[in-house]
Amino acid sequence: MQFLDSFGVPSAISVSVLSLYLKELLETNDILQNVWVHGEVSNCKTYPSGHCYFTLKEGDAQLSCVFFKHARQRTSAPELRNGIALAVNGRVSFYERDGKMQLYVESVMLLGEGALFRRFEQLKASLEAEGLFDVERKRPLPPAPSVIGIVTSSQAAALRDMLRVLRSRYPLARVILSPALVQGAEAPASIANALDLLNEHGEADVVIVGRGGGSIEELWAFNEEIVARAIARSRIPIISGVGHETDFTIADFVADYRASTPTAAATAAVPDINDWRNDILAKQQQLAVLIQDRLSDLKERLERAEYDLQRVSPQKIVIQRRLQLDDYTERLQTNMQHIISLQAERLRGVALQLHSLSPLLTIARGYAVVRRDVDQKVITSVQQIQPGERLTIQVQDGHIPAQVQPT
Amino acid sequence: MKDVKGRKMDTLSFEEAFERLEASITALQDGKMPLDQALQYYQEGMQLAQYCNGLLQKAELSVQQLSVDTGNDTLSVLPLDL
Repeated sequence: MQFLDSFGVPSAISVSVLSLYLKELLETNDILQNVWVHGEVSNCKTYPSGHCYFTLKEGDAQLSCVFFKHARQRTSAPELRNGIALAVNGRVSFYERDGKMQLYVESVMLLGEGALFRRFEQLKASLEAEGLFDVERKRPLPPAPSVIGIVTSSQAAALRDMLRVLRSRYPLARVILSPALVQGAEAPASIANALDLLNEHGEADVVIVGRGGGSIEELWAFNEEIVARAIARSRIPIISGVGHETDFTIADFVADYRASTPTAAATAAVPDINDWRNDILAKQQQLAVLIQDRLSDLKERLERAEYDLQRVSPQKIVIQRRLQLDDYTERLQTNMQHIISLQAERLRGVALQLHSLSPLLTIARGYAVVRRDVDQKVITSVQQIQPGERLTIQVQDGHIPAQVQPT
Repeated sequence: MKDVKGRKMDTLSFEEAFERLEASITALQDGKMPLDQALQYYQEGMQLAQYCNGLLQKAELSVQQLSVDTGNDTLSVLPLDL
């Protein structure tokens, strides 16, 4: 831990500040405030005040312990001496004056001359040597078991806790309780038998074996070999959930999955349908998106096709041709009119010319046309007429009847 | 209840229905599927989702107790009332 002053230079904190910090760190940790620790007693000293100080040793580690008079009296604790195996319960804190971490003992349990404890260690060692704790033996838990076997006492609060968790997380399941005594002399055989029965029945997909918290002695059945063997031979995967977070039993080591408490065991056994609800919702959204995408893709393709179709449409050619036709018609009409007026002009010229050549003009100048009445033939020679023959003389403004002089 | 690939939907377990829901999505992801078929998959998927939700809604944990009949040494399960 390093504090910096306002210039960014490391500044030291006082020992008491650090001590206080450590103390607070330890005292706000739930596990450290109620923990069972086992080991061998050494440096044991009881003062006239009635307080007892000792060191708990195990392997290469040691822990300072204080057992105050009031706690000793309250629990009528046995006299402690060096060399005995002990399980102590209490809270861990930091003692500023000596600068050390220590355990303030609330109660102790003699493990005899380490009798129970030694049995625990021996059994653990031999089962471990046999390979019963091997990771390769651990079977995976079914992700969504339809039948859950439970081995515990039908009277226990632990059962109610587990059912409450299963109800809220995974009500699709069926629970089969295989009842067992979970403390006392008959408990180990009862638990083993209950496990065997569930295997014989064969419907459970996973089995939870456990009980709620208690003293080491109350939990002891789960440290017995007969229970360990029943767990090991189970064809159904086993979840252990014994006592509190800090309790470790032989059953925990053999089980396929160790949960810290019965409640945690039930939680580990099943999925949560609330997650499934979210999954279903996500799937629904995915379906909607997929069909929307599909439809808008089709719509887009349709629009593109329409556009393409319009581009190559014969309608366009028809329109083009029609325009061309209109153009031609107009040009044809213009040309035609031009030709007509040209012809009219020529006609007028010819008419004028014709007019100038007309015999009527000659008549107007004083000439006359003579026709004989018999056949209206124009007389151009005296040979054509007989004396006394009737004639008509055409002049500019009319006809004059006439007769050839008789001879 | 509508048929889903030859089975009445209400005979499906949650897992089966959910699997089919996932299958509808996989099928819909195939962009080459004819539209009427895609719409069918969509509709079926939505119905399956609804069915799954319904199952979760009405699910109730059933609790039984294993009991040994000492007479003929057989195992049976009885409802457990706590």
